[in-house]
Amino acid sequence: MVESTGTLLSVKNLRVSFPTHRGRVEVVKGISFDVGRERLGIVGESGSGKSMTGRAILKLIRKPGLVTADRMAFDGIDLTRQSEKQMRSVRGARISMVMQDPKYSLNPVMTVGEQIAEALVTHEKLPRREVNERILAMLDAVRIDDPKRVAGLYPHEVSGGMGQRVMIAMMLIPEPELLIADEPTSALDVSVQAQVLDIIDDLVTRKGMGLILISHDLNLVSRYCDRILVMNSGVVVEECAAGELENAQHPYTRGLLAAMPVIDEARDELPVLDRTQWAGT
Amino acid sequence: MSAIRLDNLDISYGDTTVVHGVSLDISEGESFALVGESGSGKSTILRAIAGLAPDWTGEISVLGKARSHGIDRDVARQVQMVFQDPYGSLHPRKTIDAALSEPLVINGIGNRDERVAAMLEAVGLDRRFRFRFPHQLSGGQRQRVAIARALMLEPKVLLLDEPTSALDVSVQAEILNLLKRLRREQGLTYLLVTHNLPVVSFLCDRLAVMRHGRVVEVADVGLLKRGELREPYSQELLAATEGRPAVSAPWAQ
Repeated sequence: MVESTGTLLSVKNLRVSFPTHRGRVEVVKGISFDVGRERLGIVGESGSGKSMTGRAILKLIRKPGLVTADRMAFDGIDLTRQSEKQMRSVRGARISMVMQDPKYSLNPVMTVGEQIAEALVTHEKLPRREVNERILAMLDAVRIDDPKRVAGLYPHEVSGGMGQRVMIAMMLIPEPELLIADEPTSALDVSVQAQVLDIIDDLVTRKGMGLILISHDLNLVSRYCDRILVMNSGVVVEECAAGELENAQHPYTRGLLAAMPVIDEARDELPVLDRTQWAGT
Repeated sequence: MSAIRLDNLDISYGDTTVVHGVSLDISEGESFALVGESGSGKSTILRAIAGLAPDWTGEISVLGKARSHGIDRDVARQVQMVFQDPYGSLHPRKTIDAALSEPLVINGIGNRDERVAAMLEAVGLDRRFRFRFPHQLSGGQRQRVAIARALMLEPKVLLLDEPTSALDVSVQAEILNLLKRLRREQGLTYLLVTHNLPVVSFLCDRLAVMRHGRVVEVADVGLLKRGELREPYSQELLAATEGRPAVSAPWAQ
């Protein structure tokens, strides 16, 4: 468990919208939350706005998408007022993001070592020898057995689980204070998922970082986070401590929990969400 | 009678053998699961049965008859496959009606209009979807179409390759309920590939755990539910599902 000491990121009334031929559609409808040096989980199904929330924090939503917020502050910096150039010193260096699929998020024509080096030297001028040492130490920290060999490999030469560990290494090497992980394991096998999440968890805890874990998997999030936000169609419908998830009140959260089959399944039929129940919220 | 019998089956892609000496016997009306991590060869077995991976040795029999290596129309009438990704497995420029009619046209079956309408109803799709294109449907609706297409020829066996892993939890529940109901109503045999053990627990009678192209354990689903799988690798999968640290993780030694 990470003790929360003060707020790292504070978001108030965040809205994200996109134009369609029937007018602007809001995909995030005014959500507010604070993150300290803790592990916050954002859960929801596809289209709930959870990924858009993560991207909006890093100002990664391009035109014609529109992001507005009453307040979006990171460590005293007003993110809404940062220019593109100023954002570059925040992205990666202070807030970084692990994406879903290593197959598409790593550069196919650069070796693993070069990519990790790029992440480091973009933010810090360092002598070549020290860069190499840091890369090997980082690969070691994400539990890659033979860091020297792996640093010379291209992304297609490593497995999915290893690729995701490389990406985590790349995101953590500039030592950011906040890590956003958007479905970091959904492209991986169940057996590898736990390994990757344990690595993230271990590094985040050890360095006292903040973590925002975005996922559709309620169980996974409740296992690795301290606090959970449940999102549905752009709004936060429930906020609770991870341990309290079983006592969730909102019909949507309860519906999601009930719809998942369990390992000692005895039900003949799974309850299906009745989407009219919370249409008013 | 056994619906599918595999005897000492080896399957290769080019020079690489990916499935080694698999023997399984799945009885008619049974729901059987193949579980294991990616690359364990579980989907390849489905592909070989369906005729999509023709480079195999050993024996595959379907409902008592040995399967040939080529395209086998008798097998196609009896065995149909549902793929993982409903976004990739439906032709983007064919309406739902065309997708469902095609197997009937190929096999010279008449009365198409009524059959399509009845099948849409059986999988719980409103008739207004009939003349729409796949991009106008949600993921869950598309997977219903894929299941309907597989059932058009009234097969006895469905090969299900991760049928719900691309879907949201609440939609997964709907599709799992649908598969369970269809099996009960039509007396189908399922061979399901998945890495999701709770899904096996809900839908299947028996399971085979695979690793590196070999079956390491065949067990009743009761053992899975009680967490009593014998092999250490099966226990590892179970541990990963429940989020317990796997004892034999590579760095834990």
